Amino acid sequence: MIPAFIVENSPALMIIVPLVAAFLSPFIGRISSTVRSIWVGGAMAVTSAIALILALDVYSAGTRLYVFGASAASAAIPPDSGGIPIRIIFEIDPMSALMLVITAISGFSIIVYSLSSERSHTGLESYYTLYLLMITGILGMVSTGDIFNFFVFLEILSLASAGLIAYRIDGGVAVEAALKYFVLSTIGALAILVAIGIYYGQYNALNMAMIAARMQFSVLDQVALVLIIAALAMKCGAVPMHFWTPDAYSMAPSSITALLVVASQASLYGLFRTVFTLYNVTLNAATVGWLLIILGVLSMVVGVTMAIPQKNVKRLMAYHAVSQTGYMLLGVGVGLAVLGNQSLLDAFGYMAMEGGIFHIINHAMYKGLLFLTAGAIFLRLGTYNLNRMGGLGHSMKWTMLFFVIGALAIAGIPPFNGFASKLMIYESVFVFNPLLAVIAMVVSILTLASFVKVFHSIFMGPALPEYAEVKEAPMPMLAGMGILAVVVILFGLFPGIVVESLIAPAAHALVDQGAYIGAVLGGA
Amino acid sequence: MFWNLPLIAVVALILIALAIIVFKKNLIKVFLGIVILESAVNLFLITLGYREGGIAPIYTNAPQATMVLPTPQALTLTSIVIGVATSALLLSFAIVIWKKYGSIDIDRIRRLRE
Repeated sequence: MIPAFIVENSPALMIIVPLVAAFLSPFIGRISSTVRSIWVGGAMAVTSAIALILALDVYSAGTRLYVFGASAASAAIPPDSGGIPIRIIFEIDPMSALMLVITAISGFSIIVYSLSSERSHTGLESYYTLYLLMITGILGMVSTGDIFNFFVFLEILSLASAGLIAYRIDGGVAVEAALKYFVLSTIGALAILVAIGIYYGQYNALNMAMIAARMQFSVLDQVALVLIIAALAMKCGAVPMHFWTPDAYSMAPSSITALLVVASQASLYGLFRTVFTLYNVTLNAATVGWLLIILGVLSMVVGVTMAIPQKNVKRLMAYHAVSQTGYMLLGVGVGLAVLGNQSLLDAFGYMAMEGGIFHIINHAMYKGLLFLTAGAIFLRLGTYNLNRMGGLGHSMKWTMLFFVIGALAIAGIPPFNGFASKLMIYESVFVFNPLLAVIAMVVSILTLASFVKVFHSIFMGPALPEYAEVKEAPMPMLAGMGILAVVVILFGLFPGIVVESLIAPAAHALVDQGAYIGAVLGGA
Repeated sequence: MFWNLPLIAVVALILIALAIIVFKKNLIKVFLGIVILESAVNLFLITLGYREGGIAPIYTNAPQATMVLPTPQALTLTSIVIGVATSALLLSFAIVIWKKYGSIDIDRIRRLRE
């Protein structure tokens, strides 16, 4: 059905298509804005399709290796290289495939939304170019098997995101937010580069599988681990380094904020990949596991308590994003803390990790949905201030429906997807340490309380006279939100199937370091 | 001899750069701190590949001699390119901030908090 050529070269194609489309879009936009919309929408649709084809292939046929500059994946290690994989390798295992699925769904629905929400703005050439570059960066980060390549895609992503956060200058305030984000992420990226230098100096390799196979966990490796954890925890917005998140999330256009959520998840993926694949059992799993758990608990508690008093609806949602990131760190951290102990891992470790990883995809869907509804409200009202909203339930019925779906999902109410993943986290974490599960539940209740308040002040009450002219959001925006809402509901109704087919393979792929190494080096 | 000297320079440069980034109030000086940090990391990468008495790693007609490692040089080149893009974006942000706020003092760039 699908030509073999596309399936075979899908890892390269899914990078090339958005990259080429990004740089061609300013020229094509010269013709007319309709042609540009078709061009960028089509390019994103093709990219999503390729990423989904690749993910499907990985889930059915196992880890995929793509070696750039070689005719076949079996040429990963050239015969005259002394056993070192010197070429750039993409290695897509089920964990990467899950991230591809997230990026494909979010990227496509957000561009459908953007086509309508950004129509009346100037500077659209750069908007779509940077948007497609962000997609390139995310897809590259989650599929590369080469640690320097990871750094390059991370920088592509940071540059494009910073440009888009500052896209609506807004009296300079958006630029201020972008500046904060970009200075921090540049310093973080340089820390990662130092860590890469440390690995290269010790192990003569940049390939993640090769480094993992040779990992000694010397003092230098510990320094590198600290640098990478600090940099990536900052980029995914975990608490001690979260202060850029509310600024950047609230100042970026809403469509970009939804994509920034996915970008943060890609950094989270990098964090998990480093800890599980590069180090795995060589590190002191309990210590690093507890480090992630503490980061997670702090993020949950600080995020939700800071969210409650916010007046700006996007700032409020941004603090909730910090809080939800905490759940993922908690779930996967518990799995890491018992790594190396097979009986504990089987008892609750895998389940905790599956909960955390399931929460990544759920969060990307419902948080994206919530930010998109905030954008729709802003489009019609021109304000994010909660105190100035009210009675929108009369005029924006679909937006209200989508907001309710997103809000119930983030609060963990059945039958939405947030409930499914949070329940897995509660159950498994309770076995590990009851106190952590209690904290997680309290945070969830506070989240619900906060969203009930937001829902009430935006949609309930009599229709306000100053918003008498307000209409429903335009159709493409509703379509973009609709895609995400359908995914939220489907994942909530059939969590068993999703966990079985998407999440469990990802969790096992993270834990099974030997399989990752073996795919490149052959027989570990 | 003295092969540790570049590494000492790397550490010194990183500390200087971090001090500039943390303590300077002028946005341009903060950016200069970031550029120094980038240079320090580049120097670190180059030092990793250096072999004493090594020649440039070009195989054609090369005499039988020690060569320096080519990979760190390729990494450094990539890193320099990324650094240029970073500096350009940071400076363009500074221009917009100057136009809108009339100041590049970081104590006065805090409309977000209000």
